[in-house]
Formats: sequence, C-alpha cells, structure tokens
Amino acid sequence: MSDQLIFATEVILNGLMAGVLYALVALGFVLIYKASGIFNYAQGVMALFAAMTLVGIMNGQVPFAHLINAIFGAHITHFGWNVPALLAIILTMGVMVLLAWAVQQFVMRHLVGQEPIILFMATIGLAYFLEGVADLMWGSEIKTLDVGLPQGLNVWIDDTTYGILGYGFFIDNLDIVATVIAALLVAALVAFSQYTKQGRAMRAVADDHQAALSVGISLNFIWVLVWSVAGFVALVAGIMWGTKSGVQFSLSLIALKALPVLMLGGFTSIPGAIVGGLIIGVGEKLFEFAIGPLVGGATENWFAYVLALIFLVFRPQGLFGEKIIERV
Amino acid sequence: MFYREAGDFKTSYQSDSQTFPIKFDRYRYYVVLVVAFGIIPFIINDYWANSLLLPFLIYAIAAIGLNILVGYCGQVSLGTGGFMAVGAYSCYKLMTAFPETSMFIHVILSGGITAIVGVLFGLPSLRIKGFYLAVATLAAQFFLVWLFNRVPWFYNYSASGQINAPERDVFGIIITGPNAPAWATYLFCLIFLTLCALIARNLTRGTMGRTWMAIRDMDIAAEIIGVNPLKAKMTAFAVSSFFVGISGALFFALYLGAVEVGEAFGIQKSFLVLFMVIIGGLGSIFGSFAGAAFLVLLPVVLKVVGADMLGWPTDIVAHLQLVIVGGLIIVFLIMEPHGLAQLWRVAKEKLRLWPFPH
Repeated sequence: MSDQLIFATEVILNGLMAGVLYALVALGFVLIYKASGIFNYAQGVMALFAAMTLVGIMNGQVPFAHLINAIFGAHITHFGWNVPALLAIILTMGVMVLLAWAVQQFVMRHLVGQEPIILFMATIGLAYFLEGVADLMWGSEIKTLDVGLPQGLNVWIDDTTYGILGYGFFIDNLDIVATVIAALLVAALVAFSQYTKQGRAMRAVADDHQAALSVGISLNFIWVLVWSVAGFVALVAGIMWGTKSGVQFSLSLIALKALPVLMLGGFTSIPGAIVGGLIIGVGEKLFEFAIGPLVGGATENWFAYVLALIFLVFRPQGLFGEKIIERV
Repeated sequence: MFYREAGDFKTSYQSDSQTFPIKFDRYRYYVVLVVAFGIIPFIINDYWANSLLLPFLIYAIAAIGLNILVGYCGQVSLGTGGFMAVGAYSCYKLMTAFPETSMFIHVILSGGITAIVGVLFGLPSLRIKGFYLAVATLAAQFFLVWLFNRVPWFYNYSASGQINAPERDVFGIIITGPNAPAWATYLFCLIFLTLCALIARNLTRGTMGRTWMAIRDMDIAAEIIGVNPLKAKMTAFAVSSFFVGISGALFFALYLGAVEVGEAFGIQKSFLVLFMVIIGGLGSIFGSFAGAAFLVLLPVVLKVVGADMLGWPTDIVAHLQLVIVGGLIIVFLIMEPHGLAQLWRVAKEKLRLWPFPH
C-alpha cells in the first residue's frame, strides 16, 4: 500500500469515530424534534450542563459557591468529599430529569401551539439561561473530567498495523469506547421506542399529537420523558466530549457540529442521524486532509455545512427524512 | 381624544397614502426626527455615543434588514453575522483602495456587495424551506468568517489578521478613526438609519412588500396566484443583505474601528440580531427599533446595576446577564410572542378608543 493510501485510511477511521460522536449529539435533537416538533438548540448546552454537573458532584463542589460567597462574604468551595463516578452519573441523571421537568413545566407547556420559529427561539433563550446557570453553579473555569474511561493511543492497533503495513495507526482508545457506547445507546433507544409502553406512546405522540391525546396518552408526561431521554443523551455526549477535550464552554458548540448532521440525515430519522454523522465525520476529515493545506486549513468549521447545503439542494428532506408533501 | 382619524381630512391622493396617516403619529415622527437630528448631536459625549447610541443605530439597521427577510418574507436566516462581516470587509477594502472617495459611497457600495453575496447564499432558499434553510444559512456564516480569517488579501496582509479603519472624512469632518468626534459618527449613522427605515417602510407597503408577505404566508398559494417566488425571495435576500451590509460597514468603520472577524461577526452576532427582531416583533419596522434598543440597553443596565451599584465581581455579573437575557427571552415569548411591536399596537388601539374601554 502506498503511503498516501495508508494515511487516508487512518484519516477515514478517525473520521468515522468523530462522526459517531457527532451522531451522538444529533440523536438528542432528533428525539425531541420527532416527539414535539421543537428544534432544541439548547441540546449542546445541555451536554455542557450535564458534564459540569457531573464534575461538580464528583468533586463535591458546593453549587452556587461563587454567588453565595459574593453575597454573604463566605469562603466555601467544596463539601470535602468525592463521589464515585457511577453514583455521580446517576445523580446527574436525576438532575437532568429535574431539568426536563422544569423545562416542560415552565417553558414548553406555555408555548404549545406556537409557530416553530418561536419554539426555536425559546430554546435559544433556554440555552443562554442554562449556560449562565451552569457557570454560576459550578464556576466557568476549564475542568477535567475523568470517569475512568480509557484514554490515549491504542497500543494494540498501533502494533498490529505496524506489523502488517509498516505504519502504526494512531487511534484513541476513547474514540473506540465512544463508538461502542454510541452503538449501545442507539440499540437501547430503538429497543425502548419499539418494545416498551412508554416508547410506543412516544412514537404515537410523534406521529400525531391529537390522535395520541384522544387515546389517553398524557402529552405532558411524554414530553417530560422525551426531554429526559434527550438529557440522558446529552449526558453521554457530555461525558465523551468532556473526557476528550475538558469541560468548558466550547463543549456547547458541539450543537453547531450536529446541525449539518441533522440536515444531511433528516430531522426526523434516527438512522439518518447516525449515517449523517458518519458521512460528515469522514467527509470533513478527508477534505481537511486532501484540500485543507491548499486553502489555508481549518476547513472543518464550514465544510460540513457546505456539504449539507449542496446535498439539500438536491434532496430537500435529507437522506432519511419523511417526504415533504406540500398542499395549499 | 387626540389619537384618531376623525377630523383629519385627506384632500389629495398623496396625503391619503402617506406613511403615517394619523396626525398624532405624524407629529410624533417629526418630533423624534427633530430631537434625533437637532438636539442630541449638541449634547452627545463619547460615553453615550459609544455605549448606547452608536450600537443602537447600527443594530437597528441590521434588525430592519433581518426583519425584511425573516418577518416579511418568512425566510429564517442565521447568517447575519457573516453578512455583516462582508459589509465590514468590503468597506475596509474600499476605504484603503480609494482613500479620496466619500465614506457615503463606500458604505453604500459595501451594502451593494453584501447584497450580491446575500443573493448567492439565498439561492438555496428556492429548494430548502423552514429549519433546513435556517441551518443552511449557517453555512454562509461559517464559510464567510473562515474566508475573512484565512485569505490574507481581505485584511491587506496585515500581520495581526485584524482590520483597522483608517481615518476618513466626509465634507472635511473626520468620521472614522480614534479622532472622530462623537457627534459626527452619530449623525453619519443616524442618516443611514433614517434612510434605511424610510426605504424599508415604503418597500414593505408597496408591491414588493406584498409579494414578500404572500410568500411568507403560504408560498405555494402565492405561486399559484402569480407571485414569482424566485423574484420575491431573491429581492428579499438582496434588500435584507444590503441593509445588513451597511450596518456591518458602520459597525466596523465607525463603532469598533478594529475588527477581528471571528470575535466581532461570529455566530453570537447572528443570534443577537435575530433576538432583536423576535423581541421587537416580526414584520414590523418599529419592532426592529424597539428590539435593538432593548437588547443594547439591557446589558448596560445590568452592568451598571450589578457591577457598579451592588459591587459584585464582574464574572458573576456576566453569568447573571446570560441568565437574565435567556430568562427574559423565554418570558417574552410566552407573554407576547409577537414582540414589543404588538404591545405598541395594542396601546395604539386603546388610545384610539380612549376614553371608552371598547
């Protein structure tokens, strides 16, 4: 194999792994959009919020310590204990469910029946709000998140490929774990929506609100459920990205990475989110590898969007989206 | 009592179709013009100009531009920051290439260039609708910012990658650079805002505005009754980008003076202008003013109250500001999804019937 081809293969592999992470974020969007028609811009900030809460609980930080200190002149920072990772994850999940309930109770319930753009704006407002609350609660400095996931170069792959090709592939252990977890998560979500009572109810609501209401499904409950599931997906994405690059503001920008994935895959399709994520992940890494150096690099910022844009011109509903039927 | 049509007889077609048909509105409009042009320039100082008035004027132009696209034509755009950057960079290139030409011409030309770019990125709107379009316009945002960051020709190969506004004058009065007097920059922006508002108001009342609104309300139905969607959408993108480009040029040349593109024209700017439009009211020129004023004023008030009066650390105030802005947006959308303009409309309706309740 020529060197170029080997490099390209490595780039593709890494692209696939990055794509899985994009897909993970995109999943959260798709879930909420399918069930309630809300395009949840706050998904990225929810991932940030989840990751920050997880770190805060693990380190035993006092919530709102900054604010309390500023108002009362105290000097508290930590409770002085450390919570094991698994327990902290469960506690964080509880916080995310609480958040889902609050969002439904105080925001979305009052906006039922509004135009989609208004709902979308409300989630942008929510994103600002959550970001501010997360910073006030846990402080805005960059934190490291370590829940015991393996990290760093996978030596086995490096050795094996070196033995076969004479060049060791650099593949991060974390990416492999993320891929496995994402696959499990998708399988679990599919099983949940196909085989459980709540999952079926969720799909019914996604299909037709009024019909679902008329057969006795509680919309309120389903929407809290959907936001909780989206919160769970956000937590998983937050753990992955937080372990990879630290828990900081830029974590919330992964939402922007997920948008072209959604466009490509279609807003309403779970398999679409996965396939779209993989295409975008591979596409942008390959483009950066092949064309990037010619035009000054950092093409990852826009390549996904332009790809999705060109794609949409030919297929406006995305790869797997429901066919758009327009009537007067 | 005073706010009603009765007794205000129109004797010519011209007076029948004027912008403000009600006498009180007309006088209010004249009073605002007199105060803005005749009084404020004499009492303005640097603090007021830089922290409140200039951003308000410039954002109001951008909000009018975006409102034409989103509020009147129904095409949601998240690329405002990118288009403002086009205005800023074309203004910079023009200013450095033709130092002798008047700034008026530079700013208008930058608007024109932005309009062309806007039409280019608006072309997909013929195929893509709704949210897909909103996300598609993000392509413009990211691509344009990247372009101005990476291609050295746009920033004249300067070492820092920034662009700095050189000193330029209009009729002998310096209006850009650090030595520009506050009243001159203020008046320059005000003239542009007045012109833009006038043009926008009259465009939206005429044929063009009506075709936009037809497309917004239901594009297929509009097409069936003979509205050309290509023409309507492209003109909306062109006019909108023209205004946004002007505001970008002013934002760079008169307000900031030095610009780093990712910071000044990032995605946050797109959202900020969109917030102005939504909080002010979709499909209302007055709403654009109200929204811009609200969102320019809010951070300043919060900073004065939080940091200066209560003496809290600035980082807490900054975080609280996020919480309050986010919360306010949500509260606003719940209480009044049609924005400040709707409150104004309701107030006018009440005034018209006053002193009777119904």
